[in-house]
Amino acid sequence: MITLEKRPQPSRAWSLATPLLAVLLTMICGGLLFAALGKNPFETIRTIFLDPLFSEFAWFYRPQLLIKGAPLVLIAIGLSFGFRAGIWNIGAEGQYIVGAICGAAVGLAFYPTESFIIFPLMIIAGILGGTLWAMIPGILRVKFGTNEILVSLMLVYVAEQLMASMALGALRNPDGMGFPGSRNLSQYPSAANLEIIAGSGMHWGVVTALIAVILAYIALSRHIFGFNVRLAGQSPRAAKFAGVNPAAMILICMGLSGGLAGAAGLFEVAGPAGQVSIDFNVGYGFTAIIVAFLGRLHPVGILLAGGLMALTYIGGEIAQSNLGLPLAAIQLMQGMLLFFLLAVDVLTNYAVRFGRRQVA
Amino acid sequence: MTEPLLRLTGLTKAYPGVVANKDVSFEIQPGEVHALLGENGAGKSTLVKTIYGLVKPDSGTMTLEGTTFTPAEPRAARAAGVAMVFQHFSLFDAMNVAENIALGMENPPPQREIAAQVRKVSDQYGLPLDPDRIVGELSAGERQRVEIIRCLLQDPKLLIMDEPTSVLTPQEVAILFETLKQLSGEGTAILYISHKLEEIRTLCDNATVLRLGEVVGECDPKATSAREMAELMVGTKLHVPEKAAKPAGETVLALQALSAPAPHQFGTALRDITIDISKGEVLGIGGVAGNGQDELVAALSGEMRVAPDMVQFQGQPIGQLPPNARRKIGLLAAPEERMGHAAAPDMSLTENAIMTAMTRENLTTKGFLHWAKAKRFAEGVIKDFDVRTPGPANAARSLSGGNLQKFVIGREILQAPDVLVVNQPTWGVDASAAAAIRQALLDLAAKGAAVICISQDLDELMEISDRFAALNEGRLSAPRPAQGLTVEEIGLMLGGAHDMEVAHVDA
Repeated sequence: MITLEKRPQPSRAWSLATPLLAVLLTMICGGLLFAALGKNPFETIRTIFLDPLFSEFAWFYRPQLLIKGAPLVLIAIGLSFGFRAGIWNIGAEGQYIVGAICGAAVGLAFYPTESFIIFPLMIIAGILGGTLWAMIPGILRVKFGTNEILVSLMLVYVAEQLMASMALGALRNPDGMGFPGSRNLSQYPSAANLEIIAGSGMHWGVVTALIAVILAYIALSRHIFGFNVRLAGQSPRAAKFAGVNPAAMILICMGLSGGLAGAAGLFEVAGPAGQVSIDFNVGYGFTAIIVAFLGRLHPVGILLAGGLMALTYIGGEIAQSNLGLPLAAIQLMQGMLLFFLLAVDVLTNYAVRFGRRQVA
Repeated sequence: MTEPLLRLTGLTKAYPGVVANKDVSFEIQPGEVHALLGENGAGKSTLVKTIYGLVKPDSGTMTLEGTTFTPAEPRAARAAGVAMVFQHFSLFDAMNVAENIALGMENPPPQREIAAQVRKVSDQYGLPLDPDRIVGELSAGERQRVEIIRCLLQDPKLLIMDEPTSVLTPQEVAILFETLKQLSGEGTAILYISHKLEEIRTLCDNATVLRLGEVVGECDPKATSAREMAELMVGTKLHVPEKAAKPAGETVLALQALSAPAPHQFGTALRDITIDISKGEVLGIGGVAGNGQDELVAALSGEMRVAPDMVQFQGQPIGQLPPNARRKIGLLAAPEERMGHAAAPDMSLTENAIMTAMTRENLTTKGFLHWAKAKRFAEGVIKDFDVRTPGPANAARSLSGGNLQKFVIGREILQAPDVLVVNQPTWGVDASAAAAIRQALLDLAAKGAAVICISQDLDELMEISDRFAALNEGRLSAPRPAQGLTVEEIGLMLGGAHDMEVAHVDA
């Protein structure tokens, strides 16, 4: 008989081991799934997890890893503060979109002026756009007690429609012969989020994501803000007793995650995506939720998890084109990762006992 | 010699790192009121949970009426005739009494039938209770009656009661004891757990004393003094707090017509509380739980803001200051609920020290934490207040209730407050730890600080208070010198019969 016994305190060893175990279980079950689809499971797993790094064409895929990983890490870092404090911003995708729209709009407004000040202004606009979009569920929660999960999620769909309307209306390229989509910002030097080292994939968003990881680490381990975030999440009443203002905490955490999501949107629209278009967003804001939890809401963990998630994105694309695997199978596998992580998480707080049936 | 109702033989239960029960054996006869005594962590809870089917022993046997008794779960224990009233009630505030009782039943009969049964049982045992009332509106004593009646409807052979009187007024205790005596007279055995030794002396026929999981003695409580029993529990001589006489100091904290609406649906509004507290004084505030204690602490700690003039600290209006600003000027508080309010269960003791000591102990510079300094402070609390734990890196929830309470109180006292507000400082704490905490409060007052001690333990309040006041429905009675107050006078103050109000004592 198997029983679970609560540990007196969470096990450090297991909290480090569970993400690895989750990845391993995902590989096993993913392999079974791919086998059931009639593919060679070993080849598929190798294609997804190893080919982007070590295959013949890895020179092409490695920069992609940074390009895909940066927005995931940036958004997930912001989300991790809210998640730790028990504030559930599920709408990072919407904040990402609005950040992209606002940042791009500033850039397009200056077109075709060239100035070094344009790109920084765009970043600020992106951050502000994401923050303001996140303030809507934040303020509604503080003032009226609405559920921020629902409001932030529904605002994603509003943001998507806003994006479509911008691509077809206000921000449409006047020289685009009526095609939807804005001017291509990556071809407008003052507004382009270019690679810092050509061919490396290293754009300003990657740099920002790395800085965010370091700052988040310092805030969480050394600063009273991070301490209050953790306290508010673990024991809201104790946090109030310790002097944490719950309403301020909600607004700060929503603003932080919205701001970083907005920045990620700006870096994407000015760089890899290049333009405001109907199909701009590809779900980074949602995947970042998985990344945040896969990284155990810890900045360094998020960095590693973001890399892993980017790997499965790229590996998944390779598997789609080379092995003819359906996209749904890849997405299923990504979902499995979060599922297994949450499932094995129980080991951190509970010890498993394979006990004989007790006498009693 | 008749067959005992319940016989425990060699019960042993080990948890990782600790043996909760070791070779525990004793017997309970039908109709006997049997006390189970022991410090916190002595293994009382594990033992009763074993009997109630919540814990499976590693070895040992139980027999109930001569047949082997191995309850796999509480349901099986209830079916065999064992019922339990827990210290913490498991009732839904928003439902009425009959609905709450139906929820605990396997096949609940229709509401009307339950209501009729409740009325019948409550008449029979002198426990007044209206089955149609919403539980959220009941006093703690009435809630306990719901739990007891829920048990009595099962017609139990053995009734286990865990700390039943901690939330009751003396009058309510008397009613409860009448009921228990009647039950025992009808042949129901009662296993009674309490820290209050005088109660055990008046009520119980036999007592089994546990220490560190082992039975260290049995005694006849009627023939043994409370002090002897306490010493049997702790294994050493008991240290009784000493109170030094002192002159009245100047006023340090003044409450002026402090009123506040109830913070939530089942909270209590504070009404027009006016009192001055002077330096070096211990003000004891008694009252039945739910009469505004939590709200008063919140208004003093800064968790609940009130108009500035309502709370004055050394003449300054501070009613609107947030918690840390109040700590800075020297007004500290320790709320009742340890886990999740006074301390964060999953955080380490060092982190829990930062929680309230950050301002006064200068544990931050520009928001950056001084971990080494915080750790030293936590270690100081652990050492000075004899907190039993391997070290400050351990999570708060790994500590026993009494040890965590020592840590929480010690954390505030070591910050040298000018005014310390404590709510239920020794609730669920064993005798020796309770004595240490009370002594620490008295020492603090002797150094010139004012201490406001809110408690439901009247013996405690009488032991340490200079003045005594009672909270009743959010109103505070006029304070009276604690010396010379009789139990009857206190009971009337608690019941709200002070001044011109009409007595409102149930039953």
